Amino acid sequence: MNPRLFPLAATIGIFLLACLICVIQFPYMLSTRVVGNLLTDNAYLGIVAVGMTVVILSGGIDLSVGSVIAFSGVFIAVMLRDTGLHPIIVFALLLVVSTSFGAVMGWLIHALAMPPFIVTLAGMFLARGAAYMLTIDSVPINHVFYDLLDDAYLLMPGKGRLTLIGVVMLLTVAVGMIVTHRTRFGASVFALGGGEAAARLMGVKVGRTTVLIYAFSGLMAGLSGIVFSVYTSSGYPLATVGTELNAIAAVVIGGTLLTGGAGFVFGTLIGVLTMGLIQTYIVFDGSLSSWWTKIIIGLLLLAFILLQKGLLRLTVSKAGA
Amino acid sequence: MTALRRVTPQLLTLAALVALITLFFPDFLRIEVINGRLVGTTMDILKRGAPIGLLAVGMTLVIATRGIDLSVGTTMAITGAIAAWSITQGYGLGGALALALLAGVAAGLWNGLLVAIFGIQPIVATLILMTSGRGIAQLVTEGRILTFSHDGMAFFGSGDLMGIPAPALLWLLTAAGVALLMRRSALGMLIEAVGVNRAASALAGVNATVLLIAVYVASGLCAALAGIVATADIRGADANNAGLWLELDAILAVVIGGNSLMGGRFSIAASLLGALIIQTIDTGILLAGFPSEYNLVIKAGLVLIILVLQSPNLSQHWYSLRRAAQRRREIAVASMKETGQ
Repeated sequence: MNPRLFPLAATIGIFLLACLICVIQFPYMLSTRVVGNLLTDNAYLGIVAVGMTVVILSGGIDLSVGSVIAFSGVFIAVMLRDTGLHPIIVFALLLVVSTSFGAVMGWLIHALAMPPFIVTLAGMFLARGAAYMLTIDSVPINHVFYDLLDDAYLLMPGKGRLTLIGVVMLLTVAVGMIVTHRTRFGASVFALGGGEAAARLMGVKVGRTTVLIYAFSGLMAGLSGIVFSVYTSSGYPLATVGTELNAIAAVVIGGTLLTGGAGFVFGTLIGVLTMGLIQTYIVFDGSLSSWWTKIIIGLLLLAFILLQKGLLRLTVSKAGA
Repeated sequence: MTALRRVTPQLLTLAALVALITLFFPDFLRIEVINGRLVGTTMDILKRGAPIGLLAVGMTLVIATRGIDLSVGTTMAITGAIAAWSITQGYGLGGALALALLAGVAAGLWNGLLVAIFGIQPIVATLILMTSGRGIAQLVTEGRILTFSHDGMAFFGSGDLMGIPAPALLWLLTAAGVALLMRRSALGMLIEAVGVNRAASALAGVNATVLLIAVYVASGLCAALAGIVATADIRGADANNAGLWLELDAILAVVIGGNSLMGGRFSIAASLLGALIIQTIDTGILLAGFPSEYNLVIKAGLVLIILVLQSPNLSQHWYSLRRAAQRRREIAVASMKETGQ
């Protein structure tokens, strides 16, 4: 087997094992209701994690996404409250704003030759600050169209609800898979993650690709913001603090190499679902406190990073021999 | 003299900020003595800036080795929780301080081992503690805000010595101590060597592994001190909010201090000035009656300006632009001479 597939295989293995443990302990967890809720509750995280996967594959990092999601929610809520625009037009406006926000960050990273970490940190402050400047309160969204979106679901056998936002998340993952694994842009991203100098020699347009990568991440963050606003029916500037870290954790647990250059978008979906499963288990158990989620996710993160290190050493020594 | 020149931009920025605020609020610089302690906005900045200042000291050392420590805010929460817990358990002041500092050392040791022994990139290695650490802090406080009443402990938050607030004294002394240790011994230079090129410094006989671990332990210790101050200040431990976002402020302070994220030369004094600049902006915004929401946007603008100034690409552009202008001038002069003849 290709050693590059090991992390993905490990991810899927751990997910299946976790499922098995859950089902043995709580047989009722094996229902379409739980599956439907798992998809709905983690829809926004899954979408933003797709963007994060692309960024991390290119060897970068995007710390601004959590703030952009909060900004999106506030932007939508305030626009719907203060103007008579239809939500679809507001969505389109928002996606333009968030995509160009990402593109500007990508351009700065390339033009200033600065670490993505610090540029997106500035973006994080800026987006959160912009959200605060729009409002500091939680703004409810009351719109007929939102009620429609909220009630849109498919009834699965067993009375589980496959909600619209869950479907949007799955579709996004599919689009993300095609973009990263089947297009020229995706190939450029992988090349960039392997090494910028080598990528440039291979003919990758580094500047253009960097701008596109962060624009894509911004687009995903905007979309995630829309989904989050549908999920909560409100906009709140203090929402989704730390989501960028959850997204990074999901990407790493999904088997993507943090140094860039190797990984799969599908793994990220499994990473998100694994994290969601831990949360669901804690809810089912009832006696464990929610902070165990953080500790277990931290341990999983560590395990996967060490696994990656081990694999890297293995392949290097194989190449040496 | 060179040291003074090094911090000139930061000093000028701070002076400009203070001048700007004083222009609108003449009382800004006034310090009164009330009940034997100094009271005034500047004292307040020194006191409120204690957590950022303490974190910035440790962060400077970590960044000098080309690393970064994202876990300091979380470490503050853990150590604060442990300090509050041991006070309520009746371990006394000494026991509480010792346990909290020990927790800081443990956190630093964990980060250092991951970075130096396992070779994980610092951002990722410290991210693990950052995400899971708040869970540990909540485990200690059992999910509540753990309050205590103990005058000895509260001293570190609201007490004063010779009229100077205790937190201000604590961070000034810590910074002076670390700076002296770094510059009076070869330690500072060795850390810079590791930051510039770990492999080369290891070949030159520097024990890079131990130094790297030590740097993260120092950062953990500074975070523990900051955690004690934060806990003592509110006389309680809040696992969710203690030190939230402070790791970013600390990194920002180091970057404003002109220390490169690429490691190498560092100046603790400059980082502290950076911390003071951040705290002065915070206070200035509050004084001006702006909602504190503007804070983040202003900070973002600040980071951007510094990035542009520090950018390796841009300095090259400047250089080539100047060269091009010079060449054009030479050509113009030459052609003028020709037409003159």
